[in-house]
Amino acid sequence: MSELIDLTAHEARERIAGGQISARELTEAALARIQVVEERVRAFLTVTPELALSQAEALDARRAQGEALPSLAGIPVAIKDNICTTGVTTTAGSKILYNFVPPYDATVVTRLRRAGAVFVGKANCDEFAMGSSTENSGFHTTRNPWDLERVPGGSSGGSAAAVAAEEACLALGSDTGGSIRQPASLCGVVGLKPTYGRVSRYGLIAYASSLDQIGPFGKDVTDCALLLNAIAGHDALDSTSTNVPVPDFTAACRPDVKGLRIGVPKEFFAQGVTPEVAATVRAAVDKLVELGATAEECSLPSIEYCLAAYYIIAPAEASSNLARFDGVRYGLRSSEWVGHIGLMERTRDEGFGPEVKQRIMIGTYVLSAGYYDAYYKRAQQVRTLIRRDFERAFASYDVLLTPTSPSPAFKIGEKADPLEMKLADVCTLPANMAGIPGISVPCGFVNGLPVGLQILAKAYDEETLLRAAYTYEQATGWHKQRPAL
Amino acid sequence: MALTREEVRKVALLARLELTDEELDQQAKHINDLLKHVEILQGVDVTGIEPTSHSIPVYNVFREDRTRPCLPREAVLANAPEAREGLFVVPRIVEG
Repeated sequence: MSELIDLTAHEARERIAGGQISARELTEAALARIQVVEERVRAFLTVTPELALSQAEALDARRAQGEALPSLAGIPVAIKDNICTTGVTTTAGSKILYNFVPPYDATVVTRLRRAGAVFVGKANCDEFAMGSSTENSGFHTTRNPWDLERVPGGSSGGSAAAVAAEEACLALGSDTGGSIRQPASLCGVVGLKPTYGRVSRYGLIAYASSLDQIGPFGKDVTDCALLLNAIAGHDALDSTSTNVPVPDFTAACRPDVKGLRIGVPKEFFAQGVTPEVAATVRAAVDKLVELGATAEECSLPSIEYCLAAYYIIAPAEASSNLARFDGVRYGLRSSEWVGHIGLMERTRDEGFGPEVKQRIMIGTYVLSAGYYDAYYKRAQQVRTLIRRDFERAFASYDVLLTPTSPSPAFKIGEKADPLEMKLADVCTLPANMAGIPGISVPCGFVNGLPVGLQILAKAYDEETLLRAAYTYEQATGWHKQRPAL
Repeated sequence: MALTREEVRKVALLARLELTDEELDQQAKHINDLLKHVEILQGVDVTGIEPTSHSIPVYNVFREDRTRPCLPREAVLANAPEAREGLFVVPRIVEG
């Protein structure tokens, strides 16, 4: 059974298609694993064994009828709890949605159902995806499977930990400033933020709409490509999803970096990156050069301003998106209030945690009359400069290589200062600001903790990014390391 | 230019957050810390730079104006803290 949970999705699907194992066996193995390790890891807010087994049995019945099975048939998947699932509680990690049962599926969930995926549960996250450690979850903190005293990263920390602990074979997360890539890095798995617009956001509980993007977690690059295949593509229900052709991303997973032009932007090695992480990532660059790529240092000067611009734009959008939580249509309603404004104020005070309140306050302030030009408009202008820096860089390079996270996983409770916590995302934020795709792949260990290599490519060029990541992964094998749990 | 507790109280009202005095002081500190951090942006020359609201250009998206199925009323009201006669129940808004 331990052998079953250790399979990647692409290995498992071959065995299911070949009839060596059933979807039910694979699902039971995942559920048994959850039974054993979840008490320590706490990756999930809700586990759905009955749903998972009924989905698996339906697939086995279809196979018995001789039907050809879809791409993710029988594969156990964890879904971040800010993605709506019909009939399954969806809280976004917030007490204000503690009892919300969506009456509809997010488009990515509809597509996963069609692809035959098995839903094992809803993964923990920082409240409304605001955080880098899951410590802001309104319910509990997820543990890093490599060291239970440490955070898994965030905000999609539950998704990353579930895959690292082999409680699920694949997972969905969302990434607004690094919330897929940073936890992937800290948990030693692969996580991909697609190009903005590549994947529909319909049914994703919004944090910052111009930055949010749903993406895959997997144990290897091919698994991420497989899951991206299932969820990518235009959706009429999300007018910001782009109508561009979706290639077969698994076809990009081939070992070939001959002539690949790598840029190594020096700004990503400054801001708080530990010497050990910098050295590990530089060794990964050397490895790709050894495999046939060329690399040189480059500069994106406006990256220096990215963190400041992000912490105006993201809270501004959040303050607007989170205005919908008013105690009227869904979620919590305070039991004590006076008047209709009092109902909203009291409900929101009781339902939101400190970090969310802080971002709502900052967002409300920077958008308020008299301050808009000084803060919000200026931040958007700086965003243009960041985009242009990337455009210039991608005229000379196919991919940019950087650390994903400035340091490996930190201890639970270690980063008490909110500004210090925000620095955890300093290497990942730029991709969201520019809308470009980014992936984190395991590239080594520092003091027994995984380190991630971030690869960035130009918009809609996930294929080059996957090819570089796959080539590196296959040549090194870091992704085969598993935590002792 | 640090915000006072009274200014923070006004922002809290706009944001519909009922904050205790202690929370107001915490929020004032957080906002002031952040504003100090983002001061760095005031030094950037943004003359003539267009603001980016979306990283990928998004234009008007049109669809045909046709009716399509929507969620049944019971499904929509199922999550409401209070519902009656097919409607959301809200506090009295007009006095008198």
